[in-house]
Amino acid sequence: MLKTKALIRLAFLGAAISWLIMVFADVTVLFSDLKGLDPDVPAWLPRVMLDAFILCLFYYYKLRIERDESLNFTDLLWKVFATGLIVTVISLAIRFLGFLLGNTPLPANVLYQDFVYQIDLSLFLSFLLAAFTSWKRLILYQKSKWLIRLWRVFEISLLVVLLYDSILVAFSEGVMTFTYIVIGVMVLILSANMKWVAYLNFRQKWTSLLLLLLCFFYLGYFLLTMSAEAEQIAEKSSVFMSFYGHVFNLVLCIFVLVYASFSFLVILFNLPTSSVFEQKLEEVINYQRISQSIQTEQNEESVYRILLESSVSSVFADAAWLEIRGEGSEAKTYTYQITEKESEDIRKHLQQNQVRGVLEQSSDRTRHLSKHLEGLKGARFRSIMSFPVIVKGETIGTLTLLKELPEAFTKEMTRIVSTFANQAGISIENFRLMGEAFQNERYKEELKIAKTVQRSLLPQRLEQDVDFEVAAFSESADEVGGDYYDTLRINDHQVGIIIADVSGKGTTAAFHMSQMKGIFHSLGQQALDPSEFMIRANQALVYCLERGSFISATYFALNTQTKKIHYARAGHCPVLYYRSATGELAYLKDKGTALGMIRSRDYCHFVETNEITYAPGDVMVLYTDGITEAKGAKGDEFGEERLVEAVRGHVHLPPKEIEQHIIRQLYNFSGSEDINDDYTLMVIKFR
Amino acid sequence: MVQIRRLQEEGADIIAIIGEIDASSSIELDLTIAKSVGEGFHKILVDCTALEYISSAGLGVFMSYIEEFKDKHIHMVLFGLKEKVANTFSILGLADLLHIRSTKPEAKQLLNELSV
Repeated sequence: MLKTKALIRLAFLGAAISWLIMVFADVTVLFSDLKGLDPDVPAWLPRVMLDAFILCLFYYYKLRIERDESLNFTDLLWKVFATGLIVTVISLAIRFLGFLLGNTPLPANVLYQDFVYQIDLSLFLSFLLAAFTSWKRLILYQKSKWLIRLWRVFEISLLVVLLYDSILVAFSEGVMTFTYIVIGVMVLILSANMKWVAYLNFRQKWTSLLLLLLCFFYLGYFLLTMSAEAEQIAEKSSVFMSFYGHVFNLVLCIFVLVYASFSFLVILFNLPTSSVFEQKLEEVINYQRISQSIQTEQNEESVYRILLESSVSSVFADAAWLEIRGEGSEAKTYTYQITEKESEDIRKHLQQNQVRGVLEQSSDRTRHLSKHLEGLKGARFRSIMSFPVIVKGETIGTLTLLKELPEAFTKEMTRIVSTFANQAGISIENFRLMGEAFQNERYKEELKIAKTVQRSLLPQRLEQDVDFEVAAFSESADEVGGDYYDTLRINDHQVGIIIADVSGKGTTAAFHMSQMKGIFHSLGQQALDPSEFMIRANQALVYCLERGSFISATYFALNTQTKKIHYARAGHCPVLYYRSATGELAYLKDKGTALGMIRSRDYCHFVETNEITYAPGDVMVLYTDGITEAKGAKGDEFGEERLVEAVRGHVHLPPKEIEQHIIRQLYNFSGSEDINDDYTLMVIKFR
Repeated sequence: MVQIRRLQEEGADIIAIIGEIDASSSIELDLTIAKSVGEGFHKILVDCTALEYISSAGLGVFMSYIEEFKDKHIHMVLFGLKEKVANTFSILGLADLLHIRSTKPEAKQLLNELSV
């Protein structure tokens, strides 16, 4: 940044110094010539200094204008105009000074005239170079490789011409003509690059025209003034070289003039169509607005509003409405320049004429619609078109646009609005998908909480006794289930044990499980008979469980004094019992209906207390259906038989090891660690 | 996955369940029974010959209708249960609450006896 600034200053300084030297040298040469003396300075100095001046100025503008990215097209023209204004004002001021001096000898002095001429020349050149640099940017807007190459050739040719001017070597007429033709062709080709004009809006075009017109004025002024001055001086001195003798200046002047004229004409002829281009641009912007509307924390309503606004502004509709049918609820209508009553009237009228509400995009019903409108008395509209807003293949609303002129909607407009309506549909769909994803995420979070709750409901430690040892294992699937097991010391010689499975999954299951825990811990304390326990538990749960939900459970009351187990099975998986005395390993299949299935006092008929007398070495295996229903690789279930096999032969082991063996067998069978249900296993070994 | 078909025979609505009833497909079963009740059938036969598996949620569906059927004097008989399915019913104690027969004629007979 600093470097560029320094370079700009350096270039300007260079230009100023070379100009001063040039003026001094030129005046000296002229003075010597007039007096017939030998000049102290070499005759080539003014010309070389002019070259240096031009080059410095060229770089000055290159740095000032070409590198400035912030400039737009009108800014560029404005820069040229402003430079022109400044140089013209300075030139006029000097002329005014000459006029003030009036009849004094100074204005008639040829040296003074030369001095003024040199000032004018430098001013004119700076204006031309400013224009040249600006034109370059305009021409190279949307450049191609080929165009850049051509421009480079053009610039090099200009440099060559500049050098030719200074060395004063005369070429043959033919060479000169050829050079002129080549440069002329290049100027014409370059001047045909007018793409920037298309990007100007209506106002900018007018501004540009005005600025260009003023540039023509400056050009004209300088050309006239300088040729007059040059004539005056040339009369008096033979060594004076006029502007016209300088090929470079001439070429530069012609280039600036040609491009300015081309631009002027192109802009002028583009004026009538500029509104179309602007409209297209607005369509693109509107389209972007609709498609991006969803990203910036906006809601569906804003999408509808944007759709309505964009459609109206794109087709210059006089009125419009957007009717959105909510999910089941009443329709919502957004209007533009029309009352709800008016739109209601039109809708009713169309319905009466048996016109289907929404127009399919494929059909040309739009035209027919307008015809029907003619029949509506007192309506100010003569043209109508209507589009469905579709989300996930379902029409959620209708967009209707109205115009007061008959047949005012073109095919093009139909296409645009239908694109808008489609995009709005997509935006709404995305919006809803985002909402669903959010909901899913929340559900997952909820599940995580439910899982934590479920985990925390399971006992940290189990009751142990001199008479028996308890081991338990529980593993839950991704989806929270409702497996529950627990132990409770009732008194010195009595321990309650429960295993239960809540139907359903997720938070409700975890919730019912916690109820079960509460029931177990409160009823368990009372040393109830197991069937009484179940009857009361059922009574308590009837008011909490929703229709279709139930809990299967088995409750055991172990008495270490009598060495007896009383238990009641309420629809839970039968107990697997090993009798060490006989070596028998069997399921205890007895009567019992799950809790919550019978919601009346009749439940007492569906549950019973059973009794077992245990002996040391006996093993009791409790489990949930997740274990017996675990699926194997072939899709078959683990089943009761396999469970028996897994226990048999390991009954002599401590309960923890029996349990681990069963779980190992289970995982081997299912062939993966992924489980699709909860596994709960309790092994009680008596001693 | 489950497929549920309905057909009417001698004033009874026969609901045939083909496949497995799990938590998600139980909704379909629930809807089918509700529809049958809504259409005013008082005799419902559930054909379980092609029922491969039923989860607790599926059982919950049958269970949830027990009281409604009692109030509306609707009778439902299940038949053709596979051993595994029958076992699930009996473990949960639903076998005592629902009418279950092994064959269709037996089921029809029971239905006629109940309706009298």
